[in-house]
Amino acid sequence: MKALVAVKRVVDYNATILVKADGSGIDTNNLKFSINPFDEVAVEEAVRLKEAGMVSEIVVVSIGPAQAQDTLRNALAMGGDRAILVTVDGDVEPLAVAKLLRAVVESEKPDLVILGKQAIDGDCNQTGQMLAALLGWPQGTFASALAFKDGELNVIREIDSGNETVSLQLPAVITADLRLNTPRYVSLPNIMKAKKKPLATTTPATLGVDVAARQRVLKVEPPAKRKAGIKVGSVAELVAKLKNEAKVI
Amino acid sequence: MGRSIHWPAGINRAYRLILCIGDRTGKLMERESMEFDVVIVGGGPSGLSAAIRLRQLAAASGRELSVCVVEKGAELGAHILSGAVMEPRALDELLPDWQAKGAPLTVACADDNFIFLTERRAVGLMAPPQMNNHGNYIVSLGNVVRWLGVQAEEAGVEVFPGFAAAEVLYDPSGAVRGVATGDMGIGKDGKPTENHTPGVELLAKQTIFAEGVRGSLTKSLISRLHLDKDCNPQTYGIGIKELWEVDPSQHRPGRIEHTVGWPLDRETYGGSFLYHLDNNQVAVGYVVGLDYKNPYLSPFEEFQRFKTHPAVRRIFESGRRLSYGARALAEGGFQSIPRLTFPGGLLVGDTAGFLNVPKIKGIHTAMKSGMVAAEAIFAALEKPASGALEVTAYPAMLKASWVWKELYLSRNIRPSFHWGLWGGILYSALDTYLFRGRAPWTLKVHSDHDQLRDARDSVPIAYPKPDNTLTFDRLSSVFLSGAVHEENQPCHLQLKDPSIALTVNLARYDSPEQRYCPAAVYEIVTEAGDNSSHLHISASNCLHCKSCDIKDPTQNINWVVPEGGGGPNYPNM
Ligand SMILES: Cc1cc2nc3c(=O)[nH]c(=O)nc-3n(C[C@H](O)[C@H](O)[C@H](O)COP(=O)(O)OP(=O)(O)OC[C@H]3O[C@@H](n4cnc5c(N)ncnc54)[C@H](O)[C@@H]3O)c2cc1C
Ligand code: SF4
Repeated sequence: MKALVAVKRVVDYNATILVKADGSGIDTNNLKFSINPFDEVAVEEAVRLKEAGMVSEIVVVSIGPAQAQDTLRNALAMGGDRAILVTVDGDVEPLAVAKLLRAVVESEKPDLVILGKQAIDGDCNQTGQMLAALLGWPQGTFASALAFKDGELNVIREIDSGNETVSLQLPAVITADLRLNTPRYVSLPNIMKAKKKPLATTTPATLGVDVAARQRVLKVEPPAKRKAGIKVGSVAELVAKLKNEAKVI
Repeated sequence: MGRSIHWPAGINRAYRLILCIGDRTGKLMERESMEFDVVIVGGGPSGLSAAIRLRQLAAASGRELSVCVVEKGAELGAHILSGAVMEPRALDELLPDWQAKGAPLTVACADDNFIFLTERRAVGLMAPPQMNNHGNYIVSLGNVVRWLGVQAEEAGVEVFPGFAAAEVLYDPSGAVRGVATGDMGIGKDGKPTENHTPGVELLAKQTIFAEGVRGSLTKSLISRLHLDKDCNPQTYGIGIKELWEVDPSQHRPGRIEHTVGWPLDRETYGGSFLYHLDNNQVAVGYVVGLDYKNPYLSPFEEFQRFKTHPAVRRIFESGRRLSYGARALAEGGFQSIPRLTFPGGLLVGDTAGFLNVPKIKGIHTAMKSGMVAAEAIFAALEKPASGALEVTAYPAMLKASWVWKELYLSRNIRPSFHWGLWGGILYSALDTYLFRGRAPWTLKVHSDHDQLRDARDSVPIAYPKPDNTLTFDRLSSVFLSGAVHEENQPCHLQLKDPSIALTVNLARYDSPEQRYCPAAVYEIVTEAGDNSSHLHISASNCLHCKSCDIKDPTQNINWVVPEGGGGPNYPNM
């Protein structure tokens, strides 16, 4: 079985984000970028399936600038076999990403596509669903556990009311939640080995996909500053304040 | 011994999986080893310059030479904090076409200002000649290092950010044979977690220690090999810095300001720097000599207070703070340079203390020392060696270079400030103008940790509360540094004897680590019930400035590398 994993280069979750003074976006100059944490979980899952003998080859795909090669090398160091980079500069909307991935899926013919449930920069949470729809494949989103049973794939999803198990026929699209696993540390020798693994590049034009934006960002604002907290002297005072000032009880 | 593993074709080095007796717990663990010609610890200006020079020499002579750099920051530049006014002298020699290659040295220094502050007034002084910055650039050293990293990778250097060198490896003869990176995934309790990944042994014919000020492995080498037996102790300063975006009306690209005087008292060495970069950004910082005496002094609060001076506050009042961080500086200069070589390795950059104090510049000397070391190593490796190699040509070549001359001529300036601010300024003027650095004497440098007075003989300092526009508290500051560490790991701030934190630090000095640590890592917590106290250490806030390792009165705090990748994440510092 062949697995395809999509990974995105995003601003590192530890980086302090600053909105540009003119409100046109965030200032990404010299910020640290890394693999989207949900995608890291997706790669880890594929590697575990390979280690368990369920998957024979892992192809990792990224859509982004030339620097996304680093993100792909990271995925290769975790255990991916080869990589494909679709080079695009600037933001690409989820629908365009889904169409690009469909084009890659059509040429690679994987049995399983695993993505992160969302990217931590745009928080769109759309790509996996759109890809499944474009391909006409079943989808198991927000996966917190996977199990293969009699040729079917059971996906456990955490939902508000508890755990839901859906059973999918392959080929299928999975989107990974953080609970699915804890990604491994990449080791130095594996980083060295990853440098020698194949990495192919292509473009949206070659894949025949129009990536022009269909949305316009009007304004980006930093979240409102939190007001300073206060110390209360007694439980009675706390209750009074919650009632009369915060009006929450 | 050992199993062989399959390596993909094209990797022409010798790798092998070996079994070794592992960590402190004495348990058997597997650690892979990788061999290189040269391993460099630390991806700062000194380490990367050494790496680039080595590969340049190899390319020029057609020799195969493998070079690897390990950097504890999550990426290159993540742990780099400097002023910085950069003298391009070494860069001109290393990569003469740096301009064409897009090096981020774009803001030429314009006007120099040296100012004496009283509480309300600012008096312009004549800038000492060491501070003439004509031809220099105002840079973010972090960004210069990121760019140097790209040049190094293009030259074929293997750069591994996110890996901390945790241990020096010795052969049976006592020669250095490389370093080991730290294990990843060891829990708070010291036991491996589910994700445990053992460190790797990086073995080399020469290991270059380029850890910057107060390197943790360098510290262990100095004590084991007595590298400091013929030099004065090293002395340090702590530098705390913020990056601001200011109102365009306050921005003067290329402008440099240094101040002495207020808010510090006259017995304490220190002052501010303020550099106008591009994009309306201003780097502002404060340096305090770590030989300060009053245990109640807080370098962080002095810095915050400095920004409220009438001559300073107008620059920042309508701006916003973008980043924050801190790092120690080596201020001992010429007198404190230790032995630089030993069998198997050598020291470059600020871990050896090559900063020129009157100039407050160490980037150019760090880079040059790395380049000279590279040249000496390259020549030495040409000859077939029997046994471990000590590259004694390196100190000899360094002595013949401009680095040595610079450090020699400025050697008496910093120690003269032991006579207070005016004594220091007066002496420095004499030394500079009359003797031109060639006075027939050399002043002594003292260590920092033994300078504190007892708390009961000292006057507590009342610092103003932060206003959250111009001045801030430590925790909101640390947030801007992006500092993170894996929470579940052993504490990397080790107390040799935990009881000393109370019996000496608290009892005699009122726990000065609560005040000098720029990241609020140390806090004395008193239990409400029995009034008992203990020292609480929030290690994950640590900015890797190394001040505690330097200033702790009994040298009870030992800073060791945390899990690789942990620490600050400075974007443009
Ligand atoms: C506040 C301040 C202002 C300054 N202003 C100026 C100025 O204006 N001009 C100037 O020329 N100089 C200035 N300096 C000095 C200058 O920054 C230093 O001299 C220079 O950075 C030294 O370079 P280095 O390569 O020796 O060390 P560093 O720049 O400190 O680099 C060392 C690197 O090694 C890494 N490292 C350390 N230990 C390990 C380990 N065990 N394993 C893996 N990695 C490790 C560190 O994370 C770091 O990235 C200033 C310094 C400070 C603190
Ligand atoms: S704990 Fe030590 S090294 Fe870390 S920030 Fe505080 S003083 Fe600096």
